[in-house]
Amino acid sequence: MPGIVESRVDQGETRDFLLAFRHGDRDAFEWLFRQHQRTVYGWILRIVCNPATAEDLTVETFWRIHQAHARFNPALGFEGWSRRIATRAALDWLRSTHRETASRDELADDLAARSAGDPAISAEIRRKTAQALQSLLPKLRIVAVLVLIEEEPHREIAAALGLSIAAVKVRAFRAVRRLRRNLEEQGIKP
Amino acid sequence: MKERDDDRIKTSLQQAFPPLDEEPARDLWPAVLRRMDAQPAMQPWFDWALLAALVGVAALFPSAIPVVLYYL
Repeated sequence: MPGIVESRVDQGETRDFLLAFRHGDRDAFEWLFRQHQRTVYGWILRIVCNPATAEDLTVETFWRIHQAHARFNPALGFEGWSRRIATRAALDWLRSTHRETASRDELADDLAARSAGDPAISAEIRRKTAQALQSLLPKLRIVAVLVLIEEEPHREIAAALGLSIAAVKVRAFRAVRRLRRNLEEQGIKP
Repeated sequence: MKERDDDRIKTSLQQAFPPLDEEPARDLWPAVLRRMDAQPAMQPWFDWALLAALVGVAALFPSAIPVVLYYL
């Protein structure tokens, strides 16, 4: 099967792959997976901040993409469509874990233990900052991560979330206000 | 002043969440294939019960709909 996929890539027939995928062709789906898995994984990782979870959600996203192949419109492109589905999968995960305090604490501890952060920032401050972020409602948290941490353009966030740019700005404003309040309650003056 | 406060929040978050390697640690295609070949999961009965309860609340207390929508 890899030989078939490679020979098709050589022909550079992206449009044919998109049309074939729409009709349920598994080779075309694999080709699209290979082309886009890194982008989808990277986007999800930015939202959930956990590599293992991002891998699981990437699998979930491509499963959803496969399930929805008949609704795919090749004229609108694959990247934006896959990003919207990935965002929905990540948001579903944020919602399912938002109610689990233990899971939130585990993620905060995991983040605090990472050594790659700024050495001037103590693990305790990282943990409290992570907890403040995770205490936000999922719909605010996803915007906070993409606007404040990843500095993605408002236009792209709006497209991925199916919102207007104004709605993204309002959610970012609310998220900052709640983060500040939460951090101050924990004794951190941002 | 407010903008400076916002920048400080942004800086705190960026320092607390360092960039991660944007490459999956393993090939995810076999997992996608397994997921595609697996039987679709049954919808848990609890989801249907929750949906019925939400519809009931919306019918009895229409003024609660904006509140429910806000938390979705």
